[in-house]
Amino acid sequence: MVGSSRIGNIFLSPDSTLSNRTLRFLFFPFLLIYSIQTPLGAEQIFASDQGTWIHRAIRFWSFEDPSMQVILIGVLLIGINCGLMGGYVVTRRLSMFGDTLSHAVLPGIAIGYSLSRSGKEWGLMIGATISGFLGVAIISLLKKYTKMKVDSAMGLVLSAFYALGICLLTHLQQSTGGGQVNLENYLFGSLVGLSESDLPPIITCLCLVSVGFILLHKEILVSGFDPSFARSIGLPVDFIQLLIWGLLAFCIVSSLQIVGVVLVSALLIIPAATSWLLTYRMNHLLILSAFLGGLSGLLGCFFSFLTNHLPAGPTIVLCSTILFLIMLLFSPTKGMVPSWLRSRKRGNKIRIENTLKACYQVLEEFDFKKQCFPQSLLSRRRRKSDGEIEQEIDNLIRHGYATRIKSSSKKFGENISDTMISLTPSGWEVACRMIRNHRLWELYLTKKASYAPDHVHDDAEKIEHVLGEQAVRHLERILSNPRLDPHGKLIPSQDDIERGWTTGPSAAN
Amino acid sequence: MFSAWEIILEPWATPEQASWNLQIAIMGSLVCLCCSLVGAFVVIRRMALLGDAISHGILPGIVLAYLLTDSLAVGPMWIGACLAGLGCGITIEWLRTKTPLREDAAMGLTFTSFFALGVVLLSLQAGHVHLDPACILYGEIGLIPLDQELKLWGHSLGNQSIWIVGLVCLGTIAMIFFFYRVLLVTSFDLSLARSLGMPVVMIQYGLMLLLALVLVASFESVGVILVLAMMILPTVSSSFLFDRLPIILLSCVPFSIIYAFGGIQLAYWMNFPISASMVLVGVGIFMPCCLFGPKGGILAKLRLKISGKYLRAP
Repeated sequence: MVGSSRIGNIFLSPDSTLSNRTLRFLFFPFLLIYSIQTPLGAEQIFASDQGTWIHRAIRFWSFEDPSMQVILIGVLLIGINCGLMGGYVVTRRLSMFGDTLSHAVLPGIAIGYSLSRSGKEWGLMIGATISGFLGVAIISLLKKYTKMKVDSAMGLVLSAFYALGICLLTHLQQSTGGGQVNLENYLFGSLVGLSESDLPPIITCLCLVSVGFILLHKEILVSGFDPSFARSIGLPVDFIQLLIWGLLAFCIVSSLQIVGVVLVSALLIIPAATSWLLTYRMNHLLILSAFLGGLSGLLGCFFSFLTNHLPAGPTIVLCSTILFLIMLLFSPTKGMVPSWLRSRKRGNKIRIENTLKACYQVLEEFDFKKQCFPQSLLSRRRRKSDGEIEQEIDNLIRHGYATRIKSSSKKFGENISDTMISLTPSGWEVACRMIRNHRLWELYLTKKASYAPDHVHDDAEKIEHVLGEQAVRHLERILSNPRLDPHGKLIPSQDDIERGWTTGPSAAN
Repeated sequence: MFSAWEIILEPWATPEQASWNLQIAIMGSLVCLCCSLVGAFVVIRRMALLGDAISHGILPGIVLAYLLTDSLAVGPMWIGACLAGLGCGITIEWLRTKTPLREDAAMGLTFTSFFALGVVLLSLQAGHVHLDPACILYGEIGLIPLDQELKLWGHSLGNQSIWIVGLVCLGTIAMIFFFYRVLLVTSFDLSLARSLGMPVVMIQYGLMLLLALVLVASFESVGVILVLAMMILPTVSSSFLFDRLPIILLSCVPFSIIYAFGGIQLAYWMNFPISASMVLVGVGIFMPCCLFGPKGGILAKLRLKISGKYLRAP
C-alpha cells in the first residue's frame, strides 16, 4: 500500500514546475531550426580531412557548417526524444519490449517505402508504426492464447519481423536498382544521410511525446505504476497504454535513420538507466534522461566527427554507456564510490564505538575507581594483538575520544612499560551511550521478547550502533527506567552520561 | 510467367547450380540443427532473451579475435566469443544484483553496449573487408560455396565451412546425448537438480559456452539476429505438436532440412536473402502449428474452453 499512497501523492500534487522547465528545455532547439540555410553535402564535411583534431573540434563546437547544424539538431532531438520515452520504458520494465519493437518496425519501413515514393518520410512513419503495433499485438496474443512464454514470444516476433523486413528491403533494393533504399542505413544508421527533410518527422515526434508527457503526466504515471488504482478512478488505462505504444513506435522509427535497428533500444534504455541511478522521482528521471540522451547524442556525434571514420550510431551508444559507467561509479545517491566511502565511514564508526565500549568495561572492572587504565587490559578484553590495539587507540585519539598518559606506576601489577589510557569526556559519553544501548536492548529482549539471557548478546552487539536517542528513550519507558541488565550489570542512565565520568554510574536510585 | 514447377526447379536446373545450392542447403540445415538443439534448452529455461543478448554480446570478442589473428578460423573466434559472452552474462548478472537496475534494463544495456563496441572495433580496421557489418546482421550464407576446400592427403573433401559446422553440430549432439539427464532435470526442476547434487551453476555456464560455440559457427552464415529465430522456431513449433522433449529434439532434424530447402526456393523465387527466407519459411510452418497444433494450439485451447463450458453447464 506504500506504493499506491505515494502515487496518490503524485496524483494529487503534480510537480507544477515540471511542465515549465520541460517546455523551455524542449522547445529551445526548435528555435534554432528556423535559422538554417541551405546545407552543404554532409558527406563532404564528415569525410574532409583538413586540419588537426583541435581544428576539427573547434569546427564542430562552433556550429558553423549548415549541414552540420542539421545533423546536430537531429541527433540532439532524437537523444531527447528517446530519453523521454526511455524513462517510461525502463521504469515499466519494458526494455526488451522496446528492443523487440525496434526490430518489428522494419517490414513497415519497407512497405511504406514501396507505397509512397514521393513523400517518403511520412509513408515510412505510418507503415513502421503500424508494423510495430502489429508486432506488439502478436506478442500479447501469443502470450494470452498459447502456452508460449513471453520471452520466446518476444524472440520469435523480433526475429520473424526482422527477417521479413530484411527480405522486403532487399527485394525493394534490387527492384529499384539499389540507389534509393540503403538497407545498411536502417541497420546501423548513418549521420550523413540526415538531411533537412528528415527533421520534420523527428520534430513532430518530439512535440507529440513531450506534449503527451506534459498533458497526460499524471495519467501516464498512475496507469503505469498502479493500473488497478488507475482503473478504479476511471482512467482509460488500455487506451493510454496503446497511446504510449504508438508514441514509442513513432519515436523508434524517427531515430532509426541515425542509430539503426539494433541500437535504437540502447538509446531508449541507457540514458534512462543512467538517470535511474541518480534519482528516485519520475519527473526528475524523465528530465535527466532527456538531458543525458541529448548529451550522449552530441558527444557521440563529436567523436565520430573527430575521428573521421567511427560510425555515429555505435559511437553515440558507447558515449551513453560511458556516461552510465561514470554515474554507476560516482552517482551521489546510488554510486559505488560514494556508497563504498559511506560504508567505510560506518565501519570506522563501529570500530571506534567497540573500542570505547571495551574501555568502559575495563573501567568497570575497577569499579570506576581509576581514571586511567593500561593498554594491555584493553587488548586482553578486545582479544586483539597489541599492535592492533595501538592502532585503535590512535584512532580514538585522532577523534578526541581518549588520551595517552605515559606512566611507570606499578599499581596494577602489570608491565611497567605499559601505556596508560584515559578517556576524554566525549569518549566517556559515547562509551556510556553504547553500553546503555547494548544493555537496554539485552534487557528488552529478555523481558519483552522472552529471549534466554545467554542468547541476547549477539543481537545487542549489532543493534547498539544504530539505536537512536528516541528509540532508547522509548525502550527505557517500556522497561520503566531499569538499573540492571539481565547479567546484573549497571545500565548507565542519561543522568550518568550528562554528569560526566568521575565516579561512574550511580547505583543508588 | 513461370509455372509452379519451373519455380521449384529453378535453383536445381543445371548441375553447377544444383551443387552450389546443395552446399548452401546442407550448410543451412546444419546451422539450423545445432542452433535449434541448443535453443530447445534455452527456450525451456526461459532464457530466449538472454540468448538474444549473448548473440549480440559476443560480437566484440569475435571482432577482436579476427583483428588479432587476421583470420576467420573458428578456434580463436570461439575463444573470443566465449570470453565476450561470459563477460556479457556476468555483467548482466552483476548489474541485476548489485545495482538498482532491473533485469530487463541490465540486459538491454549490456548487450547493446557490447554490440556497439563490436561495431566500433570493426570500423577501426578499414582495410579488412572480409567481415563486413551487414554480414553480422543477416549473414552471407549465399557465399558459403566460395569458401576454401578442405584438403586431406591430397583428396578434396568439399567445403571447409560445412565441415566445421558439421563438427560443431556433432559436438552439440554428443554433448546433449551425454548430458541429457542432467540438462533435462536442471531445465525443468531446479530444486530437484540441486537436491540430487547436480552442479547447477556449472551446467548453466556449460550451456552458455555451448551456445557461444554454436553462435560463432553459425554467425558467418546467418548473423546475430536470425540466429535467435533458428534457436526458437523449431522448438516452439514442435512443442505445439508433441509434448515430450526427446521427440521435440528429434523433430529439429526435419524442421532444419525443410527450413533450408524451403528458404532456398523462396529466396530464388522472390529475390530474398537466403538466411532471412529460411526464417520466413520457419514462420510459415510455425503459424499452422500454433493454430491447429493438438498440444496447446489456439484451436485446441478454444475447443477445450467450449467443451469446458458445456461440462460446467447445469
